[in-house]
Amino acid sequence: MVQFFQQLINGVSIGSVYSLMAVGYSLVYSIMNFSNFAHGGVIMVGSYIGFYLLTSAKVPFPAALLGAAAGAGVLAIIVERIAYSPLRHRSAPFLYFIISAMGASMFIENFVVATIGPTFKTYPAVFSRWPIEIGPFYIGRIDVLIFVSAAMCLLGLVYFIDRTKLGKAVQATSFNHRAASLMGVNTGFVITLVFAIGGLLAGIAGVLFGMKYTVYPQMGAITIKSFIAAVFGGLGSLPGAVIGSLLLGIIETLVSGYFSSQYRDLISFTLLIAVLIFRPIGLMGKVTEEKA
Amino acid sequence: MEWFYVKGILIQSGINLTAVLGLSLLTGFTGLFSFGHAGFMAVGGYAAVFAGMRLGLPYPLALLFGGLVAGIVSLPIGRLTLNLKGDYFCIATLGFGEAIRLILDNVQTFGGARGWPGIPVTTDLFNVAVVAIIGTFVMVRLVNSRHGRNMIAVREEELAARTVGIDAFKYKMLSLFISAMYAGVAGGLQGYYLGFLQPKMFSITKSTEFTIMVIFGGIGSITGTVFGTLLLTALPEVLRAFAIWRLVVYGAAVIFIMISRPEGLMGGKELSLAALRRLFGPRPKREVPS
Repeated sequence: MVQFFQQLINGVSIGSVYSLMAVGYSLVYSIMNFSNFAHGGVIMVGSYIGFYLLTSAKVPFPAALLGAAAGAGVLAIIVERIAYSPLRHRSAPFLYFIISAMGASMFIENFVVATIGPTFKTYPAVFSRWPIEIGPFYIGRIDVLIFVSAAMCLLGLVYFIDRTKLGKAVQATSFNHRAASLMGVNTGFVITLVFAIGGLLAGIAGVLFGMKYTVYPQMGAITIKSFIAAVFGGLGSLPGAVIGSLLLGIIETLVSGYFSSQYRDLISFTLLIAVLIFRPIGLMGKVTEEKA
Repeated sequence: MEWFYVKGILIQSGINLTAVLGLSLLTGFTGLFSFGHAGFMAVGGYAAVFAGMRLGLPYPLALLFGGLVAGIVSLPIGRLTLNLKGDYFCIATLGFGEAIRLILDNVQTFGGARGWPGIPVTTDLFNVAVVAIIGTFVMVRLVNSRHGRNMIAVREEELAARTVGIDAFKYKMLSLFISAMYAGVAGGLQGYYLGFLQPKMFSITKSTEFTIMVIFGGIGSITGTVFGTLLLTALPEVLRAFAIWRLVVYGAAVIFIMISRPEGLMGGKELSLAALRRLFGPRPKREVPS
């Protein structure tokens, strides 16, 4: 039983990182209706920025986290401007967006390989590696940090979307582009904003992920997990993305803990396929005609 | 440049072309976007090598067997996913492709993640050329047939196609089956060319690469597919002098094509003798309206 709860704690920790990635990804999907495969590259660059701010610039940790978030946000906007904006103005089919995103992802990843190098980098120990003991359970300090930061970011996002005027604009654009723009919403600005938010969250996720594991150019591939999580919870739905991520994180750690870590990814993909077949709108997706 | 090196590139181009032709039918002519074709290639590759080494089938039959198994595997997958639309179909194929790779990673009879070494190297330039030429010829005949036109109708407007009595689901299934067969044959060629198979070879990167080749050549054009594949297989080799920068250039090129010429190299047109004659021959006299 103790082992089960221990796995649960690990699962929530990794699930929180997934949720930061999945929310940014889902947010973009809800506005643009395409899968932003370049998201992984943005996460990776955020992770590198955080790494260099901590090691070379030696700034305190919160500043590094903010710096990484800002850098990743700017990168996300640049990607949108260069790779998607021209397609958007031509109202190209979603297929072209995906290919363009693939190109952007390939560019970013290999640019980092070419300039920084393909080696793995380990974050400096910002916190003590000694876990916190609560009764029979051990909780890593890093896991606490991950959970708290993810929760704060997500609560902030919910407040922004639900309570502010700009958030309403985002909701309106997601609901119906044309109607929103007829009502005076600057949809172009909303799209930039959504990419910026996705990028900010990606940067934070990158730093947290890098601290828990390592930093390397291919780490963007982890977004495939956030992608599964987003589909699991329902593409385009933010609460769905969070719940899907947490469930996926928990399922993954339980599978690795009780069976074998070799089957972990297989289970994730099986889950993805099962969801797509039996309930393509996910746990709490919005129903539209295009889906199934 | 050494002939051995050039020959290697040509063989790899032929193998890629076989796989990409199939994907071109699915993406270019039926409008379905697959990110899991490397999975079918893996199934075909392992099946062909199994048929050749364990069942003792001769090489051409082993390749066909590989293609057939890949096609059969695609049937239940198609049954389950072809009703999904747009992104969702794409994500589902991605899931299946990765699942196939992960299953092969864990099946120890075929060597698991370490791969299957010691396959007799049988694929040479002649074999590949024969397969690629037959493949191209069959594909050209297919897309110009009634069935090919029905697939194009499904791509253009599924609802309208259904209204005029085209069984859209059947044609999507047929298209997926044939394209999986092509990928399977290509997988067999690949295994018998390299002398070993490894699940890692058939990751999502491979599927993406194939899709990019189809798009680069131009949706809905077989000539485009052929040129696109040959060019994009050779491009990284030409750029090898830049070594680490070549994939950066490749990524930038893909974005550039999407934003500047999304219709691809051929833009849905075919290169044929008649088209060349129209392009270079004497201009037809314009009729002067009286």
